[in-house]
Amino acid sequence: MSNDPREGATLWTVPGPVQSIQRGAAILRLLARSSGRLGVGEIATSLGLPRGTAHGLLRTLQLVGFVEQDDATGKYQLGAALLHLGTSYLDVNELRSRAINWADALAARSCESVKIGTVLDGQVLVVHHVFRPDDSLQTLDVGSLLPMHATALGKVLLAFDSGASATLGAGPLDAFTRRTIVEPRALARALAAIREVGWAAQVEEMTVGEAAVAAPIRGHGGLVVGAMGITGAVERICDAKGQPNTALVTFVRDAARAVSRDLGASRW
Amino acid sequence: MVMRYVMSIDQGTTSTRCIVFDQRGRLVSVTQREHRQHFPRPGWVEHDAMEIWRNLERIAPEALRQAGVGLEEIAAIGIANQRETTLLWDRRTGLPLRRAVVWQDTRTNALVDELAARPEAAMVQKRCGLPLATYFSAPRIRWLFDATPGLRERAERGEVLFGTMESWLIWNLTGGPDGGLHLTDVTNASRTLLMDLATLEWDADLLDFFGVPRAMLPQIRPSTETYGVASRVLPGVRIGAALGDQQAALFGQTCFAPGEAKCTYGTGSFLMLNTGTEPVRSSHGLLTTVGYQVGAEPAVYALEGPIAVTGALVQWFRDGLGLINSAAEIETLAKTVDDNGGCYIVPAFAGLFAPHWRSEARGVIVGLTSYITKGHLARAVLEATAWQTREVVDAMNADSGLALRTLKVDGGMTADNLLMQYIADVLDVPVVRPMVAETVSLGAAYAAGLAVGYWPDLEGLRRNWHRAAQWLPVMEPERRAAEYDNWCRAVERSFDWMRPRD
Ligand SMILES: Nc1ncnc2c1ncn2[C@@H]1O[C@H](COP(=O)(O)OP(=O)(O)OP(=O)(O)O)[C@@H](O)[C@H]1O
Ligand SMILES: [Mg+2]
Repeated sequence: MSNDPREGATLWTVPGPVQSIQRGAAILRLLARSSGRLGVGEIATSLGLPRGTAHGLLRTLQLVGFVEQDDATGKYQLGAALLHLGTSYLDVNELRSRAINWADALAARSCESVKIGTVLDGQVLVVHHVFRPDDSLQTLDVGSLLPMHATALGKVLLAFDSGASATLGAGPLDAFTRRTIVEPRALARALAAIREVGWAAQVEEMTVGEAAVAAPIRGHGGLVVGAMGITGAVERICDAKGQPNTALVTFVRDAARAVSRDLGASRW
Repeated sequence: MVMRYVMSIDQGTTSTRCIVFDQRGRLVSVTQREHRQHFPRPGWVEHDAMEIWRNLERIAPEALRQAGVGLEEIAAIGIANQRETTLLWDRRTGLPLRRAVVWQDTRTNALVDELAARPEAAMVQKRCGLPLATYFSAPRIRWLFDATPGLRERAERGEVLFGTMESWLIWNLTGGPDGGLHLTDVTNASRTLLMDLATLEWDADLLDFFGVPRAMLPQIRPSTETYGVASRVLPGVRIGAALGDQQAALFGQTCFAPGEAKCTYGTGSFLMLNTGTEPVRSSHGLLTTVGYQVGAEPAVYALEGPIAVTGALVQWFRDGLGLINSAAEIETLAKTVDDNGGCYIVPAFAGLFAPHWRSEARGVIVGLTSYITKGHLARAVLEATAWQTREVVDAMNADSGLALRTLKVDGGMTADNLLMQYIADVLDVPVVRPMVAETVSLGAAYAAGLAVGYWPDLEGLRRNWHRAAQWLPVMEPERRAAEYDNWCRAVERSFDWMRPRD
C-alpha cells in the first residue's frame, strides 16, 4: 500500500472540484478582503452557506492555523500561519517539545539512541537527541547537520518532500562509505521504495558498523514535518541477513505515529 | 489476571495528565487536559475543582483506550498534585463551596502579616519547617472563614471538608458523598503549616494558631499505601499513592539516598534535596519538608528551594504579551540574538520565594535601551530561570555544606536546549535529564506500584533510571561572575515595591 497520494496518480480519473475546498478558499478570500473581523453569521450569509456548514469550515481552517478566532468577540480573521506558508509551519523547538515523551519511550523500548530531524538547506538538522539508555558517555548532537542521502532520517525527509529532493541536484552524491548511495537514479529508486513501505533504513551508508531506521512525523493533513529514528551498531539494528530487525522497525513507526497523532495527523 | 500497568494522575497547576506506564517505567499512553485559570483580582488565582474532576473523568478512560488496556490490567493508581492549593467542599452534596485558592494566590498577604506579628508566630517554623508565608494552605483556610459568615461553625460540625487536590480526587474516586475517603499524604500535609514535622500529625497548637477546626481535616497517611479502591471513573482499581508533585518528581528521579537532588522545571521550579530520615533546618531560606514516606517506614525528609515563576514567565510572554505562539518558540526567538543585550527580567509576580521570601517584591525589567529587541527579552526570560536556579543551588550548598556536583532535571522546560545549556553554564555543573521527562507522573506511578507489590523495592526502580541527555558547562568564569552580579543587582531592584497598605 502506498502512503503517497502522488504515486500512481496517472491511473486515477481526474476528479471534479472538491466543494469544501472551494468554500474554504472563498472564506479566506472574504476574510482577506474585509477590513475587520467577521462573525460566523456574516460569513454564512455572504457566501450563501448554512450557518452550520460555515461553522464547520471555520473550525477546520482554525485547526490548521489559516484563520484565528478572537477570544472576546468570537469573530474570525486570517491566521498568522497564512503569512508564512512557505517557511516551516511547525517551529523546530515546538516539534521537540511535542515529541519528547515519545522519543524517550522509543529510546527505552529500542535500547538505542533516538534522533529527530527536519530539513535545513538541503541537509538534516538534528532537532532532538535522546541518548542510548545504557548510561555510557554520549554527547548531545542537537543542532548538528547530517547529509540527506546517507542517513535514514534524511532519506525519509527526501522521500516525502519533493522540494527537499530537488536540492540534491543531478550530479553524483558524496560517498561516505562503500555502501553510500551516490547514483541519483539509485537514490530515486530507494526513495520510491521508502514511500511504498513508509519507513527508511540505512545500513553502513554513513559510517561503517552503524545502521539506522527512521519514519516520518506528520502534521495536519498528513504533511511530513520531520523524521524520527534510531541509530546503533549494525549487529543490534539488523538481523543475520543484514535486514533491519522488524521489532525495531515497529517501535520506530509506532513512535512516529504517536507523535503524528498528537500533532493532529488523524490518519497516521 | 495479569497486572501489567500502573496509571498516574498528575493534577497540575495548568492541566491534569493521565499516563499509563509499563513495568520498565516506559510511557505507554498519555492524555492531558488544561483547566481554566481564574484571575478575579490582581494577586488572586483560582481553579474550579469541579472542572478538574470532570477533566479527570474524561482523560483517565481515554488513557486506557489509547493504550488498549483494560481496567483489570491496571495494578494501581498513583496521584501527584499541585501542592498547597486550598479547597473547601460540602461533605453532603459533594460540591465545592467556592473555587479553589491556588498556591500562587497572594490574597492572604495582610492576614499573614497580622499573624506573623503575634508572639506565638515563632513556633510555626519550628513546628512545621515552613516560614509563615502566603504560599501555604492554612492562612487560606482562615481567610475563607473570615470571608464567609457561618463557615467556621459548619466546619466545626464536620459539614465542610478541607483538602488539597489529592484529597479532593481521592474523595471523589472513592465515592464522594457516598462513602468517599477523606485523606491526605504526609508530603501534602507537610505544606499546610498545620502538621508537626516530627510526629507527622496535625498539631493542636498550629490548629489553634490558625483557627482551623480538626473536624474538617483529612487523615494523614503515608505516601505509598493502598488507601482504598476507586468506585468511580476507574472502578475496582486500587489507589496506591499520593504525593505532592515536587515530591513525586524526587521519587521519579529515584533520589532515594541522602544528598541526591533534582530540579523540576514547570510553571514554577523546585529544587529538592533528600536529607534522609532527619529533618534538616535551613539557615539560607530553604524549606524543610517531607520527601516521602513508604508504607510504615520512617519518613524521608527534604530541603526544598521553591521558585514561584519560571515556566509561568514564558507563559506570560506568550499569553500576556503575545510575542510568541507557543512556549517552545521562546527558544527560537531567543536564538535570534547572541546574548541578552544587557537586559534582565526578575519575575517577582507574586513576590519572590526561595531564597529571598520577599512578598512585597514585584517584577522588574532592567537594562532597557533602544538596542533591546524581543529576542533579547526572550533571552532574559530564559536566563531568569537559570539565575533563580543558581540562587537556590547556592543556598542548598550553603545549608548542606556540600557542593552540588550534577543537577538532575525534569519537567516541560527541559525540552528547551538553550535553557538547559544556560543552566549548566551558570551553575558550572553538568545538567542531566532522565529518560522520562514526565518525572512527576513517573514518581506517582512508582510509589503506587511499590504499594501494591508491582515493583519490589526502591533498588529495582533505580535501575530504570537512564540518562537521556546531558549538558556540560562551557561559559568562561569571568562572564559567569559578571552576569551573576548583574542578576543580583536586578533582583535588588525588585524589592520593596509594594507598600504596606495602612
Ligand atoms: N520549550 C520550552 N521552553 C521554555 N519553556 C517551556 C517550553 N515548553 C514548555 N515550557 C514551559 O513549561 C511549563 C510547562 O511545563 P510542565 O508541563 O512541566 O508544567 P507543570 O508545572 O507540570 O504544569 P502544571 O503546573 O500543570 O503542573 C509551561 O509554563 C511552559 O511555559
Ligand atoms: Mg506539574
